[in-house]
Amino acid sequence: MSIHRVERDLNRFRQIVRGKIKKDLRKYMSQGEMIGRQGRKYVSIPLPQIDLPQFRYGTRQGGGVGQGDGNVGDPIAQGDGQSGHGEAGSEPGQHIIEVDVTLEELAQILGEELQLPNIQPKGKKNIVSQKDRYSGIRRVGPDSLRHFKRTYREALKRQISSGEYNIADPIVVPIRQDMRFRSWKETLQPESNAVIIYMMDVSGSMGAEQKELVRITAFWIETWLRSQYKAIDIRYIVHDAAAKEVDQETFYHIREGGGTKISSAYKLCNKLIDERYPADEWNIYPFHFSDGDNWGGGDTRECIELLRTQLLPKVNQFCYGQVRSLYGSGRFAHDLEEHLGKHDGLVISEIADRDDIYDAIKDFLGKGR
Amino acid sequence: MKSTRLPPELQAAWEEIEAYAKEYGLDFFPIIYEVLDYRTLYETAALGGFPIRYPHWRFGMEYDQLMKGHVWLGSTIYEMVINTNPSYAYLLEGNDMVTQKMVMAHVAAHVDFFKNNMWFAHTNRKMLDEMANHAARVQRMIDRYGYETVEEFIDICLSLENLIDYHAPYIKRPEAQTHQSVLAEDEPLVVEGLPVERSYMRDYINPPEFLEQQRKRLEAERARHKKFPEHPQKDVLLFLMNYAPLERWQHSILEIVRDEAYYFAPQGMTKILNEGWASYWHSEIMTRRALRDSELIDFADRHSGVVAVHPGRLNPYKLGLELLRDIEHRWNTGRFGKEYEECEDLAEKLNWDKQLGLGRQKLFEIRRLYNDVTFIDEFLTPEFVMQQKLFTFRYNRDTDMYEIASREFKEIKEKLLFRLTNFGQPFIYVEDGNYNNRGELYLRHRYEGVELRMDYARDTMRNIQRIWTRPVHLETVVDEKRRLITFDGRDFSERKMD
Repeated sequence: MSIHRVERDLNRFRQIVRGKIKKDLRKYMSQGEMIGRQGRKYVSIPLPQIDLPQFRYGTRQGGGVGQGDGNVGDPIAQGDGQSGHGEAGSEPGQHIIEVDVTLEELAQILGEELQLPNIQPKGKKNIVSQKDRYSGIRRVGPDSLRHFKRTYREALKRQISSGEYNIADPIVVPIRQDMRFRSWKETLQPESNAVIIYMMDVSGSMGAEQKELVRITAFWIETWLRSQYKAIDIRYIVHDAAAKEVDQETFYHIREGGGTKISSAYKLCNKLIDERYPADEWNIYPFHFSDGDNWGGGDTRECIELLRTQLLPKVNQFCYGQVRSLYGSGRFAHDLEEHLGKHDGLVISEIADRDDIYDAIKDFLGKGR
Repeated sequence: MKSTRLPPELQAAWEEIEAYAKEYGLDFFPIIYEVLDYRTLYETAALGGFPIRYPHWRFGMEYDQLMKGHVWLGSTIYEMVINTNPSYAYLLEGNDMVTQKMVMAHVAAHVDFFKNNMWFAHTNRKMLDEMANHAARVQRMIDRYGYETVEEFIDICLSLENLIDYHAPYIKRPEAQTHQSVLAEDEPLVVEGLPVERSYMRDYINPPEFLEQQRKRLEAERARHKKFPEHPQKDVLLFLMNYAPLERWQHSILEIVRDEAYYFAPQGMTKILNEGWASYWHSEIMTRRALRDSELIDFADRHSGVVAVHPGRLNPYKLGLELLRDIEHRWNTGRFGKEYEECEDLAEKLNWDKQLGLGRQKLFEIRRLYNDVTFIDEFLTPEFVMQQKLFTFRYNRDTDMYEIASREFKEIKEKLLFRLTNFGQPFIYVEDGNYNNRGELYLRHRYEGVELRMDYARDTMRNIQRIWTRPVHLETVVDEKRRLITFDGRDFSERKMD
């Protein structure tokens, strides 16, 4: 039997999984991330499946037989969970599998698929941070770094080779020459900091579906930018007629009523940048999502002014995503296009439904700024 | 490579257990044990228990799943044994003695089952070599035609691997015998020609050219009328092998996939019975003979793990074991047959004991003759169902939950049998290989109250069409109406059939 016979099949499988993601990226992304469990923590892992088609029954119609307590009508399992498949018969040829791809891998795939350029961070290239990495073993060092296992392995080796080792009485005593210690290397890493400022219109016209679109788009943007920067700050601003900063939870779930004054959000964003994220030290990515329905002509003009004079000079890129809603007029995107269309730092994308998320991300991140 | 042979202490344990098993009347092929580290064990498990299989990503997927289950959920494979002669069984290195002993007893019973159960009678006991041959053949094709090409075709075949006739090895079906060409006639055609009164006129009235012409016409007519296949054929794979325009290597791959599907089929057909049988014997051998006092607690722990019931699920080990024990008890006490069935006195029934002692004998009979379907069909009783707290469940659309549907004996038995018959898979037949007289393939799904999963069915039809190359039709039921779905190689169309 050769060792690791299955390695080739495993690699092949992983390749296919990645290939599959590439092909089905649109559909897949629309599902957003899924929650898996690793140990005690819940982590976000996408779960692609390779499931060859066969003639088989629709799972939900069939039901099955189970064993245990409970009355008729008692629920026993979640609808889409695996635990419903309690059939007794074996299931040859049915391969439903979870494969986890780490977020870094996911970002890499996203990058390849959308052909996203890597971002050239601006600002403090000369700021470097020192980091110690334990990467080797050496023979001298402080006791606190003693490598227990290696030390005893050395001792065992020595005792066996010198004939001291007795199987009946397996005592291993390390001597000074057996000691092994962890050693470290200093590595220098250039520091670059980035901040994402998400702004969302939460006026009455933004419904649950619109927020879902924003949420999914935001997830993928964040995944990509995180892969490009070491540390990322994310700030959330919501606005209707007035703007305020909120936490993530609130950002996605809040529902306000009332009118829309986009300039309020831009002002708050500008203030945030001035106070916390000086433009020469930070890579700044504001994203604004709205249904494009702004209040009166005066406010739009103010927004454009703000963008032209304040925001655009400071940020790496300003992205405006317009989701389609039943009520919004969708004017704002046209107004921006008309007045600031020539500006490099501004990206406008319209997101009508889930299929457009793919294009929006490509629009937003495709320039590599 | 380190030795995987049995170390002396395990060898001694096996010899002890082997002796007990034989005393009990178990009759098994020689068993060769190998002790593997967990990585190699999981690798072998991913390959279906065989050291060598043809390269295919699904084995990698299987491995990945097993390893993740092991790492994250702590699930362990205790035992694995393959149906060959001699049988190979694998032990996990580092398991404690009592576990290894339990596994050995369990394995002995499995091999006894492989050897004696009639559903295994036709399996290839040299499958180890056969699998290696398959691997070598596929590797040669890969070298010649390229990995992608071969893999893609394997994927297509695997998508059809459940379209076999699970009972075919036991019944000689006419279509299954030889590779007959479509138009081969079994009896020669006799052409009469026009009636001739005087023999010297024969050649003038019926010249040879005319006779030949008549013969051709008759032949064509006959071919048109002849049904093809004569009876609906369930072994779709065989039908495709015989009649689809396959290249030689494609034919080989289809054959390999089909052979392996038939090899594994009896194991699927006897899952409950086989595991029940093995659990019955490991429990019997361990508790009555092989267990040392000090091992009792550990054994109880392992055994309870094997037969544990997860809420809402059915554990084949548990179900099989309990049902066998129930049968043993019934045949020991004579709780079967007309007299017992017709007894109306509950108290008498409850204390019924004819002191027959036929239990063990009955179990051996069952292991020889039954599979899961017949086993459940014949021996599941209302008392047993109640005692084991069995229920049926169904999906509730409103709550998006599976919920308990019934605790009625009749429904439970029906559902259980439905799940087991044909592996709980739909019955698909080749109805016509020359549909519309245009060489189109007509498949029929025998509808039994549950509809097909349509997106899968369509993609499967795509795969069949790629092999058949002519349009493929599937008669099935969609949204409770009969439909004929057609895939012509580019588009799907659907029409009503009522």
